[in-house]
Amino acid sequence: MKIFTPRSAPYFFIAPALILLFLFSLLPILIALVISFTNMDLAGLANYSSIRFVGLDNYAAILRDASFLKAIGNTIFYVVFGVPFVILFSLSIALLINFGKSRVFEIFRAMFYMPSVTNVVAVAVVWSYLYNPSLGLFNTILNFFGLPDVRWLQDPVTAKISLILLALWRAIGLNMLIFLAAIKGIPKSYYEAAQLDGAGSWQQIRHITVPLLRFAIFFVSVTTLIGWLQFFEEPFVMTDGGPLEGTMSVALFVYKNGFQFSEFGYAAAGSFILFFAIITLTLLQFRLQRKED
Amino acid sequence: MGAVSTKQKTMQWLAGMVLTFGGFLMVLPFLWMILSAFKPEPEFARIPPTLWPETFTLKHYAELFERMNFGIYLRNTLIIVFFSFIGMLLNAMAGYGFAKYKFKAREPLFYLVLATLMIPGQVTMIPVYLILNKMGLTNTMAGIVLPSLVGAFAIFLFRQFMSTIPDELLEATRLDGAGEFRIFLQIVLPISVSVLAVQGILTFIAGWNSFLWPLIIANDEKYYTLSVGLQLLKGQYSSNYGLQMAGSAFMVVPIILVFLLFQRYIMDNYTISGIK
Repeated sequence: MKIFTPRSAPYFFIAPALILLFLFSLLPILIALVISFTNMDLAGLANYSSIRFVGLDNYAAILRDASFLKAIGNTIFYVVFGVPFVILFSLSIALLINFGKSRVFEIFRAMFYMPSVTNVVAVAVVWSYLYNPSLGLFNTILNFFGLPDVRWLQDPVTAKISLILLALWRAIGLNMLIFLAAIKGIPKSYYEAAQLDGAGSWQQIRHITVPLLRFAIFFVSVTTLIGWLQFFEEPFVMTDGGPLEGTMSVALFVYKNGFQFSEFGYAAAGSFILFFAIITLTLLQFRLQRKED
Repeated sequence: MGAVSTKQKTMQWLAGMVLTFGGFLMVLPFLWMILSAFKPEPEFARIPPTLWPETFTLKHYAELFERMNFGIYLRNTLIIVFFSFIGMLLNAMAGYGFAKYKFKAREPLFYLVLATLMIPGQVTMIPVYLILNKMGLTNTMAGIVLPSLVGAFAIFLFRQFMSTIPDELLEATRLDGAGEFRIFLQIVLPISVSVLAVQGILTFIAGWNSFLWPLIIANDEKYYTLSVGLQLLKGQYSSNYGLQMAGSAFMVVPIILVFLLFQRYIMDNYTISGIK
């Protein structure tokens, strides 16, 4: 125990976590960058001497790869529709729940949060059944109202929307909680002053709550954008990128090339293009936010 | 302000009705899953499908253990959950080190920790696999557990909370002759019980649900977790919806129970982290 002096103690406390973070977060970035310039594949994994440096070949090839371009297109589709819907729904639900005065509204909070804690494979299995064209619940409900069947996962465009629906269902809870926490932080006196001026509930929401939630909305839009850019688990478990690569995302493309085709160098190049897109778009959001202030 | 006006009351009811409808849609997949898991096989071919099972059976749950190896998957999942708790302890230690000691390079090291939050999983996925492969840890339990053992966000939350512990308290214990590690175990951890509770619940949920690393690292079925096993089931028994729903319910229901039991703590976590 003598080595655990007040001077040396902090290093012992932080060392295990820092070593693990270095090994599995920081070092991998460097390795990814290096192998993205090589032809590393299954042969290279067995025998390191067979790895050759290929310069920018991987990057040049991947940007001409039709599958990769398709994955970029799909990812843009996910971002353009996913981000606004997540913000809109989670904010509206948070406002509605906050509006309620009775204890019942705490039950609503739990109901909307529940999908966020469940396992993605399990919910994907359940949703695949819900989406089943003839036996599933969704088409049964549509037919009940006299509407025709929807080919939920069989058509490339509809399948993207179906995956967005599932991801939206999973994403609402967490973001709703962030909004609720932010709403709770708004001083009561603002509302009291507005009530004295005769402002109704809707006016209070529009002129006090939403403007004061600017930072929370910004925070949620940044994290949601990053999340959709990395969209992976839902297409991986439900559609495996199909039909006709219609639901293939960039993240899934990277996974497939890395772990199914063992093209490690090629996949690493793809992952760096994704990383670059994430950093650029996040910085752009920060820039826009600063301009507004 | 006087009595609540009728208009206010109507609005409350309206909000309640919208939320009831929305909330019903949110829990509908869970209801469908739980009810379907009890249906006997022939009932699945019915068009239109029955929502409420006409006959209840537990056959699908038994099959999970007879036809699939859900016993082994469950054991592996619990092992992962156990190691996640050790990881949580390492996070707490790091948070304490950053919160309560002054040492060289404290600031840059802490920023380095925070910087790892920005690194996307897709970039590190392949190199981490290569590192584990080099260390000879592919297809081992250690390889499954190590990559996600510690996390920057948890370290950050522990540091935030532990910064509020008064220095005098630690100094007094030190004067009484307690070693540094004993101070951490006997003073710091008991004080931090609220943040440990929240992190403990989140750690359990994350460990139970862990999917990607078990999928990548485990080649052998004896290392499969529940989520990887369920993925396998989906492929092998793609038309056996009874078995699929039972498998899903087996994974989801325990988490829902934990969540309902502790939901107040989880919800409060976001107020603690102070996002405004």
